Amino acid sequence: MRLDSLYQDVIMDHYRRRCGHGLREPYSAESCQVNPTCGDEIRLRVTVDGLGRILDVSYDATGCAISQAAASVLHEGVCGLPQAEAMQIEAAFHALMQSRGTDAGDPEVLGDAVAFAGVSRYPARVKCALLPWMAFKDALHRSEGINR
Amino acid sequence: MITATGLDVAAVRADFPILSRRVRDNQALVYLDSAATSQKPRAVLDAERRFYEEVNAAVHRGAHALAEEATDAYEQARMTIAAFVGAHPQQCVFVRNATEALNLLAYSFSNATVLAGAGVVAARQAGFSGDPRLVLGPGRSIVLSELEHHANLVPWQQVAAKTGATLRWLPVTPAGRLDLTDIDQIITADTAVVSVTAQSNVTGAITPLAPIVDRARQVGAFIILDACQTVPNGPVDVTGLGVDALCWSGHKMCGPTGIGVLWARDELLAAMPPFLTGGSMIDTVEMTGSTFAPPPQRFEAGTPLTAQAVGLAAAADYLAGFGMARIAEHERRLTECALAGIAQLPQVRVIGPSDLVDRGGVVSVVVDGVHAHDVGQVLDDRGVAVRVGHHCAWPLNRRLGIAASTRASFYLYNDEDDVAAFISGLAAAVAYFGGR
Repeated sequence: MRLDSLYQDVIMDHYRRRCGHGLREPYSAESCQVNPTCGDEIRLRVTVDGLGRILDVSYDATGCAISQAAASVLHEGVCGLPQAEAMQIEAAFHALMQSRGTDAGDPEVLGDAVAFAGVSRYPARVKCALLPWMAFKDALHRSEGINR
Repeated sequence: MITATGLDVAAVRADFPILSRRVRDNQALVYLDSAATSQKPRAVLDAERRFYEEVNAAVHRGAHALAEEATDAYEQARMTIAAFVGAHPQQCVFVRNATEALNLLAYSFSNATVLAGAGVVAARQAGFSGDPRLVLGPGRSIVLSELEHHANLVPWQQVAAKTGATLRWLPVTPAGRLDLTDIDQIITADTAVVSVTAQSNVTGAITPLAPIVDRARQVGAFIILDACQTVPNGPVDVTGLGVDALCWSGHKMCGPTGIGVLWARDELLAAMPPFLTGGSMIDTVEMTGSTFAPPPQRFEAGTPLTAQAVGLAAAADYLAGFGMARIAEHERRLTECALAGIAQLPQVRVIGPSDLVDRGGVVSVVVDGVHAHDVGQVLDDRGVAVRVGHHCAWPLNRRLGIAASTRASFYLYNDEDDVAAFISGLAAAVAYFGGR
């Protein structure tokens, strides 16, 4: 069924039980992103230590199953990683979303985020999956500015 | 099947080639997004093609045979479209869409304000008569409503920012209707212009126009109507409404994209300074200045939207062939059918009036615990095309406390089966996201 290939079990599980949801302090930087086509919003915070390791990603978001699950998967996937490694996942996820269904994604790099491969077949939904990752990238960028 | 209103929907559908398309693994298309854009009948596609194949030339310039025929076709289209809304052709300006019409009107106020500040001579030279009712500034106000589409909100925000005028708005009730309780405190002696929607594209609520027109007249304010959701869907007679200007987009009434109409009273058209300038809209041009053509040409700079106007006239003829009152009644029956179906689904709530009083053929819903994007995805998976999101009325969504909604909108080519597909799709969304 087409719907099941989009809303895979991993996505539905994360949507139902979001990991890391809620805004926490202290944090290094924050980013707010909006999807102008539907009005979905996310406020996301990153906490980075002096060695550039991501200690926490916390967020408050309204949105569809795809964007909510994407935020949860992001939290689970990047917490504890060095920034550079997290950005590799971000880049791989971005490439997967742009693939129009031609790429299954590398589970070694993406972890649970490979479950979003089906989303790339629906161009209107790609933005939903990318929204938390855009906020994450922006927040990390801001935290680097602050640390300098 | 011929409905009680006498509309043979099967025959209507046969006029629209796209409606026989299959989508998402060969399923029949159920098109319920006509409030965003309608589909086009063969009569419109043929009229445009015929114009390009047999008549095409630049209008209102050149003296060759084709130029004459193209000019005639263009002005004939204006007559047909004017007659469709009971207007005089010279009061109808062709624009790209309603958004451009509303910008044209909004810019008339900000341009008039700038020109008034430049002095009488400069204002005259730039084509502004000096009518003080168009001149804004601190101490004057623009009144809109909370129901507005972004197209009738953002241009006025810009005017307010440029002129120092105050923006005020009529509020909405929790049922998504305009609340006119405090109208006398909102539309006041300082109000220069009132610009409101004739029907909400989200809630379907039809604006009670008479009290707004009365109050605007009382204080000497211009009144503008965004008629995007009414002209395509029922009989509209501009002269009976009491408004100064009205606009709509052609693509929502079976016409081509890229053409809309601004209708305005002679007095307002004559008072407004030019908006877009250049060829076609002038009388004489010298290096130091120009004089301008009378309306409507004054507001149609550049090579006009000729094939689009011809296509839109074909759309007006096509719709008039059924009768706009019959189309309105058909949509009303489908809306009734949809509201009854939704009432059987406890998890689904209508955003807007739940009855048929002063209500058009758009039905927006929220599904408990399921985001509109996900609802739309389930519907799309079944071949049902609906609109999801804030429907370009973000402030209204915030006011009603919702993030987004799922909207079905009906037109002459929809039938009860389409409504049933919408309702069963909503039930499927509830089951899919509630059951896994």
